[in-house]
Amino acid sequence: MANLADLKIGEKGEIVGFTDELLSLKLLEMGCLPGTEVVLTHLAPFGDPIAIRVSGSYTLSMRREEAETMLIKRT
Amino acid sequence: MSKTPKIALIGNPNAGKSSLFNSLTGLNQKTGNFPGVTMEKHTGIWELEPKRSVEILDLPGIYSIYPKSIDEELVINILGDPKHPDFPDMAIVVADASNLKRNLLLFSQVRDLGIPTVLALNMIDVAENEGYVINSIKLARELNVEVAEVNAKKGIGLNGLKLSVIKTLQNRFASNDALPLPVSDEVIQEVQANFGEAEMYRSLLWLMEHDRMKMFSIQQRETLDAIKSKHHFSSKKYQSEETVKRYEQITEVVDRCVINLNRQWDAVPVKTWTDRLDKFFLHPVGGYVFFLAILFVMFQAVFTWATYPMDLIDGGVATLNDWLKGVLPDSALTALLTDGLIAGIGGVLIFIPQIAFLFLFISLLEETGYMSRVMFIMDKLMRRFGLNGKSVVPLISGVACAVPAIMSTRSIGSWKDRLITILVTPLMSCSARLPIYTVLIALVVPEKNTLFGLFNLQGVALFGLYLLGFFMALVSAWVMKVILQAKEKSYFIMELPTYKAPRFKHVAITIFNSVNAFVFEAGKIIVAISIVLWVLASYGPGDEIAQSEAKIRLANPTLQGVELQNKISADKLEHSFAGHFGHFVEPAIRPLGYDWKIGIALITSFAAREVFVGTMSTIYSMGGEVDDANATIKNRMRAEINPATGKPMYDAALGFSLLIFYAFAMQCMSTLATTYRETKSWKYPLIQFSYMTALAYLSAFAVYQWLS
Ligand SMILES: Nc1nc2c(ncn2[C@@H]2O[C@H](COP(=O)(O)OP(=O)(O)OP(=O)(O)O)[C@@H](O)[C@H]2O)c(=O)[nH]1
Ligand SMILES: [Mg+2]
Repeated sequence: MANLADLKIGEKGEIVGFTDELLSLKLLEMGCLPGTEVVLTHLAPFGDPIAIRVSGSYTLSMRREEAETMLIKRT
Repeated sequence: MSKTPKIALIGNPNAGKSSLFNSLTGLNQKTGNFPGVTMEKHTGIWELEPKRSVEILDLPGIYSIYPKSIDEELVINILGDPKHPDFPDMAIVVADASNLKRNLLLFSQVRDLGIPTVLALNMIDVAENEGYVINSIKLARELNVEVAEVNAKKGIGLNGLKLSVIKTLQNRFASNDALPLPVSDEVIQEVQANFGEAEMYRSLLWLMEHDRMKMFSIQQRETLDAIKSKHHFSSKKYQSEETVKRYEQITEVVDRCVINLNRQWDAVPVKTWTDRLDKFFLHPVGGYVFFLAILFVMFQAVFTWATYPMDLIDGGVATLNDWLKGVLPDSALTALLTDGLIAGIGGVLIFIPQIAFLFLFISLLEETGYMSRVMFIMDKLMRRFGLNGKSVVPLISGVACAVPAIMSTRSIGSWKDRLITILVTPLMSCSARLPIYTVLIALVVPEKNTLFGLFNLQGVALFGLYLLGFFMALVSAWVMKVILQAKEKSYFIMELPTYKAPRFKHVAITIFNSVNAFVFEAGKIIVAISIVLWVLASYGPGDEIAQSEAKIRLANPTLQGVELQNKISADKLEHSFAGHFGHFVEPAIRPLGYDWKIGIALITSFAAREVFVGTMSTIYSMGGEVDDANATIKNRMRAEINPATGKPMYDAALGFSLLIFYAFAMQCMSTLATTYRETKSWKYPLIQFSYMTALAYLSAFAVYQWLS
């Protein structure tokens, strides 16, 4: 299954689940719920951290290892 | 008369709580366009109607009532405990209207805690720009609260908010349609049986977060833990279910009340200013180049542009002193006034232009939203050294002052990252070091030279010192990371806010307040120490000073006039109390190239480094040339001769050795006190003091030996 870190800039995905319970709590309250559309918008130098647009409403940054815990379905 | 009602401002980080607080109370709380500006509670008075005021409480931002860092913990300790002295009578939930769903999560939680609530839809201008049309009347009906649209930055919509607050205060209306919580009633009932009647949701909060709440004793915590294990209650599982459930409900409400015109007909999202700017600022290579360029311009400005007003102030003070010396009788009191007091005050005033430039740049970085971009592009680098992207804020604001900088570490979730950041932040060159750098650089770095004819060499040297401080902070952080070996997980899940135009009035006020604080806070210490020092340098043990003149005359029978006077005053200084102190420490600092006069300055700047320049000017005015017109501290130090070599005392070796010493040394009691307060242990200020002093001593030693 693909995770958020697999996306390239401009690619879209839909969140399907999480692999880390503690991180998922933080991501959930930031509005990253299963079913939400995310777009990868920026990569920091050396590809880490990354920034995504969450359901078209705001930009969220996270580290690559954190993005790897977010499972997505490419759309 | 009932007591003044208390209203807490609750909301997501960067939603505009402090801006609203400022608009309501007329005060000037710090605001900034990145999450995590406010770290402590602040109170102010808002006049609702004539003779009817309420107390407003500004708090750090939170995303939910389940805290993830220390600043967030503070809010939960207040909201969760009805007996807390700051427990509010009602709350204004400040929501960013351009990101309503996420902001309403917290709103629904606060409402369910049973606190009467008004919803303030802030950033209504931003929401409009992004194409949102919000039906707030419908929203109010659906959520069953008063809703007010405001623009906290411009102070628009405050009357509507006032009305909502008055209505809510009158009805003391707390919504009772608490969400059907995904938890069995028995668990809640058992908490209530043990801890008294309370809203269901509050009881649940106690059950889940008691470890972070100060209201509970150890036994009570054990009771709560026992309830949890008896019912196999998993906080994490519950919290995740609750969040999903709340979002489901919120999405339904928002879909009924809000439409986005930009997304209605057009699948292609409109390119905003923020997107365009980020293409540039977050570019993998260009991003770094731009950041360095900004810093470079900043230090050029501090050093070159500021010189014109500085020269004016310097000249003014010198003129005043000369005039006073002319009209006042030649006495010890006049000397104290001119060489002690006025020279000391002048030594503070002269740095106003530089401090103002420094704060101008920092405040622009914070207000525009660029600061969070710096966190983003620096996180990877910082992590290598045991820090965190969020450490960028303390490190950059450490350039102004380490005390607020250390407090701003509270938003860093991981304790290890936070501790390391606290320990290394004072290595960043703060504004109190600026005067020292300025004076010493002027002595040892030639002014005219320009690199490629473009840059002022002194400005480059100053930039170099700041970079050196930053570099040393990274290296020290890395060493601490290796020593601490903590495997604690840190994360960097952070909102990147949209860019916002800075408000020039706000920037101006920030600069004014900072300059004010510098002049009065630092000024007080400098003047006090100048006076004490003047006394210590004028009197000595026994009759050593009284005999000075006779002794010198006897030893140098041929000397006359000014030269004789100079020799005598130098000898007097040497035999004063201050001179004795200086001689006492001299053996320890000899290897760094310092003599007893610098020793005196090191002693006085032990508790506050900003007194260095004042001390030097007092010492050199007392022990040196008498009646030297236009005798600024710079000229006096330049004229100082090393008795051992007969060459100027302040050569490159000594100058750079001193510069390095002051760059690394921990000479600030306030910073140590802040470290103590933030770490709650004497161990860490002690570590901080020792490693920085050792670093300063060894580096200064190496530099002196290498250059001389
Ligand atoms: N355009 C616009 N900007 C606003 C408005 N209200 C606040 N701002 C800006 O938003 C940024 C954040 O404001 P703050 O008041 O510092 O936010 P806060 O909620 O106190 O943030 P924290 O203390 O970090 O939790 C600042 O740059 C403000 O100038 C508004 O209504 N419209
Ligand atoms: Mg604030």
